[in-house]
Amino acid sequence: MSRAIALIDGNSFYCSCERVFDPKLARVPVIVLSNNDGCAIARTAEAKALGIKMGDPFFKIREQCRRDGVRVFSSNYTLYGDMSARTNAVYRDFAPRVEIYSIDESFLDLSDVHPDLRIELARDLRATVRAWTGIPTCVGIGPTKTLAKLANHIAKSQPTLDGVCDLTDPVAYDHWLCRIAATEVWGIGRASAAKITAMGVDTVADLRDLDPRPVRKAMTVVGERIIHELRGLSCLPLELVPALRKGCAVTRSFSRRVEDRPTVEQAVAAHASRLGEKLRREGLGTDQLTVFYHTSTHDRGDPMRSVSTTVTLPEATNDSLVLIQAAQLGVARTWREAPGGRPWRYSKAGVITTDLMPLAASPRALIGQLDRERSGPLMAAMDACNSRFGRGTVVPARAGLADKRTWSTKFEMRSPRYTTQVSELPTAHA
Amino acid sequence: MVGLFQVEELARDGDTLVRVAIMGQALCAGFPSPADDFLEGSLELPRWLVPNPPATFAWNISGDSMRAAGIFDRDLAVVDRSLKPGNGSVVVAAIDGEMSVKRLRIEGTRAQLAFENPDLPAFSLDEAAEGEIWGVVRFSIRWHIARAGLVR
Repeated sequence: MSRAIALIDGNSFYCSCERVFDPKLARVPVIVLSNNDGCAIARTAEAKALGIKMGDPFFKIREQCRRDGVRVFSSNYTLYGDMSARTNAVYRDFAPRVEIYSIDESFLDLSDVHPDLRIELARDLRATVRAWTGIPTCVGIGPTKTLAKLANHIAKSQPTLDGVCDLTDPVAYDHWLCRIAATEVWGIGRASAAKITAMGVDTVADLRDLDPRPVRKAMTVVGERIIHELRGLSCLPLELVPALRKGCAVTRSFSRRVEDRPTVEQAVAAHASRLGEKLRREGLGTDQLTVFYHTSTHDRGDPMRSVSTTVTLPEATNDSLVLIQAAQLGVARTWREAPGGRPWRYSKAGVITTDLMPLAASPRALIGQLDRERSGPLMAAMDACNSRFGRGTVVPARAGLADKRTWSTKFEMRSPRYTTQVSELPTAHA
Repeated sequence: MVGLFQVEELARDGDTLVRVAIMGQALCAGFPSPADDFLEGSLELPRWLVPNPPATFAWNISGDSMRAAGIFDRDLAVVDRSLKPGNGSVVVAAIDGEMSVKRLRIEGTRAQLAFENPDLPAFSLDEAAEGEIWGVVRFSIRWHIARAGLVR
């Protein structure tokens, strides 16, 4: 039977998560802001209709939100992550193979489903996800990932389709490809949009009918792959096991400008500790850590400074305490007191690693070997406490207690963590 | 005192399931236990109480209108959204933008959301400007130790 891949995604996913638990949000405009309440990253249809764009800085639309009654939320990633896990659990009841592509998008392998039954299955899937989790979704089906993504876009933008579009159906394929702009195709960014327009491409069908060889010259093999995928020749397999992470970063904007060394040290220590946690979860380690902190380009007229340094460790580790030491060394190496008494006002700090390796298989150092036998159980105990009693219950002292950190990213308008915290459950009146 | 490694064991276990040990037979040195062929392991509470985790949500209850249904102020209601509401279901419903717990009564084509408190009248769903059933309450939790609900 022919190959069929479905892309299912949550409609305005973050906003929909908020709506599940608060009936007052039904049919009113809702937006969710990025970290530090910076800009709009999710909008309901009502908010889009008011002209609020993806990425609009909140300070620019704050007045409009108040005037038009837009409900504004800080991002509640704890809630969104839990709701995402729930939707994926439902997807797994419908498809044997699921690739989680992002927090709100998954590819499902529907190749085993008879072509005549695919639409019916997709409708059943949508209805079940909606009933069980409260999240509205759209489903696009195609013989390749690129066509599934395109079908999903069509399902979203054409209200008559009722949230499902199947491009494995030749009639639908011929109907839609000459009606949708080629710029909607997955992987066609602004630069390649200009290139294909110059080649006379208007619709997806035009793009599909290009000769792949000149396309490779202009847009590399990525462009050529898009043409093949649009023709139904699959070049992107489902990735069922997430690829081993090659790098990892923990970076955060401060909630306010920071001028003093102890605060910067505490921030990079907290980030290094979090980095260790992430690496331990995947059994990875690193033997180098890049530490950076900088002032903001928005502070015009203030003295600017951007610092980045890489600290090398004797061998790979994921021990938070060792990573914290490395991060602090990075600050010690680079910290300068401002000349003339006008301090630099730092806006962001972070730690980055780029050479992750599985810790168990990593070579041991001849000199300066770290004590894995002791640190392993200590970190495991710390992680276990934090997993059972909530994140930040046990922290390395240098990172500071989470609720005493005055510099932490702001989430001032965050909704309760309805599904993961006993103390924040929603309330029903009896 | 719980050692740190025991905490890890507890945490690993406690996250996913709670095992309630069934009183087992001690190993018999003489005769083999007649119960051996009937042992079924321990009762896995969450799987039994929560057969469908992705559809299951917990709600705090505030108020006394469901007293006669055995649901009291400050109990927890565990809602399974995969259950179909029917006549007699206890449901969480959104009524005029407020979440509330009610007993669903269906007679013919008429659906009523009723209080379960002899002092209060029933009112029907279509009397409310807007009503939508959010989910069916599978069971409720009531602590018999003071304020234990918020301590983990």
